[in-house]
Amino acid sequence: MDLHLDRISHRYGRVEVLSDISLTIPQGRIVCIVGPSGCGKSTLLRMIGGLERPDQGAVLQQGLAPADCLNPLTFVFQDFALLPWRTVAGNVELVLEDHPLTRAARDRIVADVLARTKLSDFRDALPKQLSGGMKQRVAIARALAVNPAVMLMDEPLSALDAQTRELLMDDLIALWTRAPFTAVYVTHNLAEAVRLGHRIVVLSRRPGRIREVLSIDTPLSDRRAGDPALEAHQARLWQLMRDEAEAADMELSDV
Amino acid sequence: MSELPLTGQGGVRDDARPVPFRGGGFKPVRLRFLGAAVIVALILFVEWGTRAGVISNLTLPRPSDVLGTFRDLWTTGMLWDHLIPSLTRLAVGSALGVSTGIAVGVMIGLFSLARAGLVPLVAAIFPIPKIALLPLFVIWFGIDEGSKYALIAFGTFTPTVVSTYGAVDNVDRTLIRMGQSFGLGWWSIVRKIVLPGALPGILSGLRIGLSIGIILLVAAEMLGARYGIGAYILEAGSLYDLERLFAGVVILSALGVLTSGAIGWAERRLLAWRV
Ligand SMILES: Nc1ncnc2c1ncn2[C@@H]1O[C@H](COP(=O)(O)OP(=O)(O)O)[C@@H](O)[C@H]1O
Ligand SMILES: [Mg+2]
Repeated sequence: MDLHLDRISHRYGRVEVLSDISLTIPQGRIVCIVGPSGCGKSTLLRMIGGLERPDQGAVLQQGLAPADCLNPLTFVFQDFALLPWRTVAGNVELVLEDHPLTRAARDRIVADVLARTKLSDFRDALPKQLSGGMKQRVAIARALAVNPAVMLMDEPLSALDAQTRELLMDDLIALWTRAPFTAVYVTHNLAEAVRLGHRIVVLSRRPGRIREVLSIDTPLSDRRAGDPALEAHQARLWQLMRDEAEAADMELSDV
Repeated sequence: MSELPLTGQGGVRDDARPVPFRGGGFKPVRLRFLGAAVIVALILFVEWGTRAGVISNLTLPRPSDVLGTFRDLWTTGMLWDHLIPSLTRLAVGSALGVSTGIAVGVMIGLFSLARAGLVPLVAAIFPIPKIALLPLFVIWFGIDEGSKYALIAFGTFTPTVVSTYGAVDNVDRTLIRMGQSFGLGWWSIVRKIVLPGALPGILSGLRIGLSIGIILLVAAEMLGARYGIGAYILEAGSLYDLERLFAGVVILSALGVLTSGAIGWAERRLLAWRV
């Protein structure tokens, strides 16, 4: 299933947030969206996921989601959004309970995604017992459980420290290499973008417009931290963003 | 400075002092027996005072005499004759009030229509001393149990509504967004996200609601009942029988401590997930 964003514009009151965004998200690829903070990345992602309606333009799905897909457009949130009163397994189960699955099928899915995210030993732990990195792995396991056609990830690693982020990036790459998924990955971290993105979309400061789309052809599994080619991409991205970020930082936000 | 070793104790001079500690406090810890100790100390003091004559017998009854009255109540079986009707009234009335209160509170929390329509109404009835409405309830529900149930239900209803819709308002919106983004049904979101998320607030509202329930129970029984703690206290009071009056009051305090303890227990059981 591909996604097409067709000339999306949006404003909150007098503030124009997004302006004329057209973009294709091809199946099996990770599209990273980078841009200075406040430029409308999260807003755009909510629109892609159907949580918000754009003022103008539309988000179109092309092709059908796979038959075993329970929730085609699935979010991974920056702050994890785990239910604190449910265990790890319970949090994953939550998203399966509204689907007509047998008890056995549900248990099988939970066991499978927990194994894939290396959480099998923690299935009965409560979120308050977990570190930030583990919480986000639970959120990723929950997203994988519904077998999404497209994963919508809003700065999934931003709440984590640098080492954990590095480890989770490796986990994401391993997951993608085993079974390529489609993802829109919002971040303001350029290192993440060049490690994970097949395409990197640079947005300008508010109102967000597409400034440039960069393609990186190196397979994900071959990308290493400190790879000179990646560093070059990152430097170029930084050049594009620097002025925007500086200007965005000086802006008064009137909300 | 450069000769100081970077690790180990080598460089500590004589004038070194520990950094003053400024943290601590602002974090209640559970001290199990202190509350009981304060009450026991107070009782012992009164016992001593009444025996030594510092406190005259007309001011306060002697705690050991109150205990004797209590023993009589127990042996004659009068304790249960009074306690069971009271407990039934409290249980039925507050069950009615709390359950409708939670239902209405959740509706106010979830539906703009219910909020706009009902919040002013709740604000209008909250400050009414419910006991003033007892004659009205007697006309509506009869002089017997009905009016007492209604009074207690009404009294527990308003604080429950207010705390419930506040608690629903405070449920983390990102969790609700999450539920929607996974395509959970409306009822699933309410049952699995909104209600558990609101539970801490609902339980602390219950604390207030049940205390008000006990107050209203006694008031209702004083105004018209043959049996019940309130009737017992009223009778003792009109005879200036301080021992029996205090025995009744002790029962009420025990009731308050028990309900509060039960809610505390429920909180520890149900809210173990809180950080
Ligand atoms: N629900 C909303 N109502 C009003 N303004 C909003 C709302 N959501 C976001 N905004 C504003 O829109 C702009 C873009 O927000 P957001 O999409 O969160 O940016 P980003 O994720 O790129 O940092 C910000 O200025 C923000 O204040
Ligand atoms: Mg954002």
